[in-house]
Amino acid sequence: MAREVALRLEIEEERPEPRKRWKRLLSTARKHPLGVFGMGCVSLLFFCGIFADLIVPYDPEATLRETQTYGTLVNAIKPNETRLTIANAQLEGGTNFDIDGERMTVLPLPAPKVSATGTIINVQRASSQSAHEAGATLELDTAIANTKPSWSHPFGTDHNAKDVLSRVIFGARISLLIGLTAIITGVTAGAFFGVISGYFGKIIDTIIQRCVDILLAFPAVVLLLAIITVVGDEDSSVRRFLANNTPLPKGEFIGIPTFLDVFIVALVIGLAVAVFTTRVVRGAVLSIKENVYVDAARAMGASDARIMMRHIFPNVAALVVILGSVLLPVAILAEAAISFLGVGVPLGTPSWGADLSDEKSRQLMLEGYWWPVFFPGLALSLVVLGFNMVGDAFRDLSDPRLRGSGLGGGGGGGGAGRGPI
Amino acid sequence: MRDYILRRFLLLPFIMFGVAFMTFLAYRIIPGDAAILHCQLECTPDTLAALRHEFGLDRPPLPLSVDTDPPFLEVHSDSQFGSWLSNVLRGDLGSSFSYRTSVTGELGHRVPITVELLVLTVILALSIGLPIGVLSAIRPATPADWLSRFLSVLFLSVPSFYLGILLIAFGVLWFNWAPPQFGTGYVPFYDNPWINLQQFFFPALVLALGESAVLMRLTRSAMLEVMRNDYIRTAWSKGLRERAVVWRHALKNAIIPIITVIGLQIGGLLGGAVIVESLYNLNGMGKYILEAIIRRDIFVVQSVTLLFAVSYVVANLFVDLTYAWLDPRIRYA
Repeated sequence: MAREVALRLEIEEERPEPRKRWKRLLSTARKHPLGVFGMGCVSLLFFCGIFADLIVPYDPEATLRETQTYGTLVNAIKPNETRLTIANAQLEGGTNFDIDGERMTVLPLPAPKVSATGTIINVQRASSQSAHEAGATLELDTAIANTKPSWSHPFGTDHNAKDVLSRVIFGARISLLIGLTAIITGVTAGAFFGVISGYFGKIIDTIIQRCVDILLAFPAVVLLLAIITVVGDEDSSVRRFLANNTPLPKGEFIGIPTFLDVFIVALVIGLAVAVFTTRVVRGAVLSIKENVYVDAARAMGASDARIMMRHIFPNVAALVVILGSVLLPVAILAEAAISFLGVGVPLGTPSWGADLSDEKSRQLMLEGYWWPVFFPGLALSLVVLGFNMVGDAFRDLSDPRLRGSGLGGGGGGGGAGRGPI
Repeated sequence: MRDYILRRFLLLPFIMFGVAFMTFLAYRIIPGDAAILHCQLECTPDTLAALRHEFGLDRPPLPLSVDTDPPFLEVHSDSQFGSWLSNVLRGDLGSSFSYRTSVTGELGHRVPITVELLVLTVILALSIGLPIGVLSAIRPATPADWLSRFLSVLFLSVPSFYLGILLIAFGVLWFNWAPPQFGTGYVPFYDNPWINLQQFFFPALVLALGESAVLMRLTRSAMLEVMRNDYIRTAWSKGLRERAVVWRHALKNAIIPIITVIGLQIGGLLGGAVIVESLYNLNGMGKYILEAIIRRDIFVVQSVTLLFAVSYVVANLFVDLTYAWLDPRIRYA
């Protein structure tokens, strides 16, 4: 009796006033600075992923060009004339520039001469037939490749003259898209097969579990590689089916140029997630189905489908949600890993893994151009770090033995966020 | 216990057969068979037929097939799957169709590289993870503990391929040093141990850091658990030195789950070997399978995938047995 009263008291205590709740949240946050940091990383991933096209400073696919102006033409040029007088310009031999779209190259000899009206240079012209009027500007359109991080390009530009910051932001969208698609399809399928396998037992259980055994016999990376080469092939039946029989866009969609490829990668990762989920859910179902309420439901004449839907599934739902959130960073990491190995999303897609695998970028990194590889990898690491820190903080909070003792973290399963990679 | 081991052993061939069947079938689904991929542009019907015959692709793929007219189950003694499997059982893993080299011979050079990498990885992971984990458990809530916990979550999160790229790039940029395999080829340990270790140290370190993070966390929680036991209090009250209590009494009891986890991580390490070997230009099994996958060299892929799966399953079985042997209290149902 006394125990019951104490319990009730505790329950009442657990429901503080709304303002008190905020206070408690704040004090919890203060005790878990790493958890808050992790939450920040994860929120940033979701924010960048969802609003990518609104916040990117440049188009991640566009080759950035800038126009450099050298000066203006003093005299009009007639066809076949190769001697130009230019106002306010310092040009060396070999420099290229355009006048009204015509490409000209400054000849090194005779050397440019400064006169009263301007600099006199000799050029080689792309088409000697055209004429240009006085006052035309000399300009050069160059790609902004390999520029250092600066105010206009905070993460610099890569060797394709693309803005690295914009690519990193779009990488968040691709990671999120692949992660969520893989988790939702994988966990749903896994829960479905897990519940069926655990509930029916016998021959169905044996068939499903032996299939799971076989798939779990592959190291995860090898499994992903093997499936992706089969499914991701140019004209594989899966790709043809998705392209012809579903409303999935074949070309660009939400700013992702190769949407179908990205989606297929997500489905393959989802398959690996499903295999793992099936095994875990089945284990939980085995114990849940022994409960008396399942017998009661059956005694009342409930069908198998009804028992599974109304009595079994709600009891594994929490487990499924937890599995999903634990596996989300694993799925993101898996995408990056297979894209890094060159079999995931096509090269050039603004995905973190694909940017890390770019051979040319990595070659240039050895010469000091570190930013096109450094920043995508940093983003990937921070996201996984964030998820792990949030996970640790939640485990601290939910383990009453460790609460408040400062002993939390690092306990339990040993590396929840480390899946296949 | 005996029943459990027996069941695991009996199940093993079935799983292996399933794995073999699945890899075989998967690479027969790809449209455009090996012969077309192989001869590329100079494909004439004649050369194609000759290549198909050479690779055995003109034979029926599976030992059993169903004729529709009239309905009849046909048995083929010379099927592709059947002959592949019987060759594999005899130790002949087929040959690469793009290089015409024998897979078994190729693996002879490559397996030692992967094994050395993995052994070195486990050694490094243990020598980083165990001491830090123990330190963090015997000095809880001190700066040492916080630092080790931060390190573990950091190592856990930084992907191996990113860490590897950074180590190579900043090694070259700051110290003008790259692992020697980028210049010379692989040097066997017995030829020159010093060069060999230089080649393997960084790839193994990259793999080991992630692994050591897992070990750190696990060691810490296992040690915290063990340190609460009565026999530890007894050891303290006997007046034993801290070193004896921690290393001899506590760690010995905490080591069992750690060994299990090392076993469970072998799959991850085999996958990690694919990544690290291709990054660090080590011609091991991982690089072999990746290159074969990219070339669509299905004969290599199916055999090496099978080998990966076999080593993974056997390693797991071995760990289960070790587990039971280390802790006699454990009885499998």
